[in-house]
Amino acid sequence: MSGAVVIGLYALRECVRRRVFAVVLLLTVVFLALYGAGTFFAFRELEQSLRLGTQDLIEERVVAGSTLFGLAMFSTLFLGAVLAVFLTLGAVRGDDERGLLAPLVVRPVGRTQFLLGRFGAAATVCAAYVAAVYTVAMVITGVIGEWWPDRIVGPGLGMVAGVIVIVAIALLGSVFLSATANGIAVFMIFGAGLTAGLLGQIGEALGSDTLTEISGIATWMLPFEALYQAGLHGLTADATGLTGTAVQLGPFGGAQEASALLWPWAVAYVAAVGLAARVGFARRDL
Amino acid sequence: MVSGVNDATQSPALRASTLAKSYGSKRALAGVDLEVGRAELFGLLGPNGAGKSTLMKIACGLVRPSMGAVEVLGTPAGSLAARSQIGYLAELFRFPDWLTADETLRLHQRLAGSEGGSPERGEALELVALSDARQTRVGSMSKGMQQRLGIAQALLGEPRLLMLDEPTSALDPVGRRTVRDLLTELQGRGVAVILNSHLLSEIELVCDRVAIMRGGEIIREGAPMELARPRGVEIETAAGKRVVEGAGRDDVPRIVSELVADGERVYGAAVLASTLEDTYLEAVAGG
Repeated sequence: MSGAVVIGLYALRECVRRRVFAVVLLLTVVFLALYGAGTFFAFRELEQSLRLGTQDLIEERVVAGSTLFGLAMFSTLFLGAVLAVFLTLGAVRGDDERGLLAPLVVRPVGRTQFLLGRFGAAATVCAAYVAAVYTVAMVITGVIGEWWPDRIVGPGLGMVAGVIVIVAIALLGSVFLSATANGIAVFMIFGAGLTAGLLGQIGEALGSDTLTEISGIATWMLPFEALYQAGLHGLTADATGLTGTAVQLGPFGGAQEASALLWPWAVAYVAAVGLAARVGFARRDL
Repeated sequence: MVSGVNDATQSPALRASTLAKSYGSKRALAGVDLEVGRAELFGLLGPNGAGKSTLMKIACGLVRPSMGAVEVLGTPAGSLAARSQIGYLAELFRFPDWLTADETLRLHQRLAGSEGGSPERGEALELVALSDARQTRVGSMSKGMQQRLGIAQALLGEPRLLMLDEPTSALDPVGRRTVRDLLTELQGRGVAVILNSHLLSEIELVCDRVAIMRGGEIIREGAPMELARPRGVEIETAAGKRVVEGAGRDDVPRIVSELVADGERVYGAAVLASTLEDTYLEAVAGG
């Protein structure tokens, strides 16, 4: 068994034994229950207003469904980011300061393998988690509100990729920062990414090229935001006319269609972050 | 290739050449030259900050030297080949508190690539007198038990060089005795051991050679008996006991015959040697 696999399995067991999964599962069940209740009441009121007989200039079911599910995607990405941070925030320096790291890395396991193991375990857990919550939230929206996204797989994959990017950033941070500092830094980066998306939305609304450009640069620097935006766009990719406009004006109207370079860039970004972590770890005295 | 293999098999367990390490402006090691033979029990002594732990960490590949090099059994320190031949117990270490003793050892067996399985884990626990705690979680172990588990961990994978940094700091006298017996047994199996300890009596009891470090340098090196210099000869006569300062074992026959020639009755003669502790205190204070 390779060192990376051993470290990865060790990290997974740590999650189970430390009850990280149990806590996250509990929070997720609460979130999905609240989301289900919210969706139920939102669509019940929508049905009542539709029965009053208004014009169908806007497909209100599309607007309501995509907005609600867009919010669910935001929550899912946030919960995924929380999980990613807690699985990796002390992987290197934090564990070193607690005396846990030296007995492991003194073994004939390369530091690259160690990082790969930690990354693989966290990425697998976070990806599976985000995919599961995304799917359940989508089913809840579809069953209760009778609305399904125009694209199902693409936005889900975008969310998964987004959270993997966050795992990579958190792991890189763990090489240089103590656990607490790293946790704070990653959440700030996560917030900065979302703020950049909102800035872009404001820039477009105000016609400010500067804001739009700042948002664009920030989105490339933090591609989890671009992947999230592309996912949002995929929900209503086929919506046109007033419905399409109304969806764009929603609370997360920063949705942008992915450029052809987004996915290759996301892969290259994770590889570059991983390389930086590897170089930093290799030069680190323990 | 063959000569390379021979070189590797004949090379010492550890060889440090002009080894230096600085952390920023702080000098931890200042050109250390050291050789530890195979199956040798070697003690490192010195006050806090002398560079003992840094030397061990460089040998384990945990710290990069600023200058010089270390070879472990003929391979560069820190390389996979070197790390596959060493066992290491850090001074400040912890194992995950949610693992049992057996699970901890199994994890390290996998990382070490050991195929010893359950028998190897059982033997390692037995050697440190932890057989009864095999299924005990680390979190519910005393500090002494965790330290013994740390030693058991270092024994996995049949290391040829064992580096123990303060292995007995949390042990009671019985635990220390267990470790001393273990070290002697390992030496019998051909394992070289580098022991870093503040307990001078322990080093004196088990080590073949010791090095005293201060300020990142080795200031004394040799067998404990060599380092312990004679303080004089105590002579017991009818007039009582007196000490002939500066005399050694070779001087005893001459001193006794001179006293007898002077008409004194000699009842006993004993060579007084300084202890390792005396030598240590003198060395670390002298500079």
